[in-house]
Amino acid sequence: MKLNQETLQKIAHLARLEFDPKSGDQMLKDMEEILTWVEKLDELDTENVAPLTHVSSEINVYRPDEVANKATHESALFNAPKKDEDYFRVPKVLD
Amino acid sequence: MLSQKLIDKYQPVIGLEVHVQLLTASKIFAGDDNLYGSAPNRNVSVITLGHPGTLPRMNKKVIRHAIKMGLACGSTISKYQVFDRKNYFYPDLPKGYQTTQDSTPVCIGGVVPVKTLSGFRKEIILNRIHMEEDAGKSIHLVGEKDTLVDFNRAGVPLIEIVTEPMIHTAEEAAAFLQEIRKLVRYLEISDGNMEEGSMRCDANVSVMLKGAKELGKKAEVKNMNSIRNVSHAINHEIERQITEIEKGNEIISETRTFDVASGTTSGMRTKEELNDYRYFPEPDLSPMEVTDQLLSEIKAEMPALPKELVQLFVESYGLPEYDAYVLTDTKELAVYFQKLGEVTGDFKTSSNWMMGPVKSYLNDSGIEIDSFPLSPDQMGLLIKAVQSKVVSQSVATQKILPVMIEKPDSDPMQIAKEMNLIQDSDSNSLQPIIDEVLSANQAKVAEYKKGRKGLLGMFVGEVMKKSKGKADPKLTNKLLKESLSV
Repeated sequence: MKLNQETLQKIAHLARLEFDPKSGDQMLKDMEEILTWVEKLDELDTENVAPLTHVSSEINVYRPDEVANKATHESALFNAPKKDEDYFRVPKVLD
Repeated sequence: MLSQKLIDKYQPVIGLEVHVQLLTASKIFAGDDNLYGSAPNRNVSVITLGHPGTLPRMNKKVIRHAIKMGLACGSTISKYQVFDRKNYFYPDLPKGYQTTQDSTPVCIGGVVPVKTLSGFRKEIILNRIHMEEDAGKSIHLVGEKDTLVDFNRAGVPLIEIVTEPMIHTAEEAAAFLQEIRKLVRYLEISDGNMEEGSMRCDANVSVMLKGAKELGKKAEVKNMNSIRNVSHAINHEIERQITEIEKGNEIISETRTFDVASGTTSGMRTKEELNDYRYFPEPDLSPMEVTDQLLSEIKAEMPALPKELVQLFVESYGLPEYDAYVLTDTKELAVYFQKLGEVTGDFKTSSNWMMGPVKSYLNDSGIEIDSFPLSPDQMGLLIKAVQSKVVSQSVATQKILPVMIEKPDSDPMQIAKEMNLIQDSDSNSLQPIIDEVLSANQAKVAEYKKGRKGLLGMFVGEVMKKSKGKADPKLTNKLLKESLSV
């Protein structure tokens, strides 16, 4: 499958990842190879096959509506890179 | 302000997306509390916070609530459902995706009949209802360089009700929202409180020239925390779009936010222009199969719906349609009225009491029926006192009811006795009063006899006055007519 640099940039943006522009050509080539390999699957006729959404055959796994397994406020904030006594703090996002 | 002529050239087309927070003890996929108003980041869990290696598990009550709403709207309930991931980055969405239903919504189609304030009736067709999780709350304070994030709301169960784009006025949109709020409250699946955000509405608004085949470009208006604001926002957006088009400008498809203070909408400065959600099935939550058994269990739990009660009240109790609508405005009001009807054995009379003295007391005191001091049993005693002619209607409403409201445990019969208000239904004691009134008004009696029959009311009034309101009006009428025909 053929990709262009624009698609590569878009995918990087959607994943919030950055890459060295010098490696762009190589990355494009790698991605094309992966996609070509996956394209092999297109050889199968899946016209009348329902998509497999789950690997396990379990259905209707519910929990009762009960309060359980809460995290404490302190433990919730413990690993946050930036916080105050109440909130997680993140770089300003403008609305 | 645009001229009406200009506005009339265009057909507005509105579709609504209504998010309703469901009443549950815990969140949709985890056991932390679903509770409004807690201090920030207290109702959280590792699942809600999206920690690696955690697995969500579906709350059984959520799907039951969602199905109830679908049944109330006549939707088709999907027999087989999965959740999907909607991928986007935002700080109040810790996992980097929202767990929602894209390909298999819990309810498909449905219809919500509405009646607008001006009496216009319309059936609003639903596209779908799906289940999803709420996001956390981002707080952007002026002068603060960080954005603060509170995850108490993250993972609160939601249903999103999506209409077809078939609403044409702000009035219809308001009527639809009122109906949805009424339904979720009847079903007891949400408190439907827009001010606290447990019911939220986004409006997709576009306009096109009347008769045009193709819809105009739409703007999605957000941030309205009351039904009135939704109306204002829609009306403003319609006028804005018409003004732009008349100027020769194109409408841009965008998200706009409503500003309550100015009553206007403005484009949101989003950093993220790219809306590529890349939905795919959520592998961590098992598919859900809605069995016939589950459906019949839920059907058995369904309360009577407002439209069913309106029909019952009109057809079986003989109430005017207007009264039936008023009495079914809330479930509590309908329940109170039905109990009162059972106690008195007369729904029509009970309805008159509800529509008259009870409603005006509630309006004057600004309270709802659940805060009304008198139980249906006590109200019933008072109505029975009138039915059995112990006291007159006017004495009951004007004199005894206020005393009972002050002292809710009191017995209306006792009050009537203590206040000397027992109705006089004895012709032997009434006749002397009538004779007195007639002899004091001989000129009027002569006029009456000449044909001014309208004077009868004046005589009745005089008798009532002299008896201090205790005379039985029917008997008074009868005795007066007899005396005057001599």
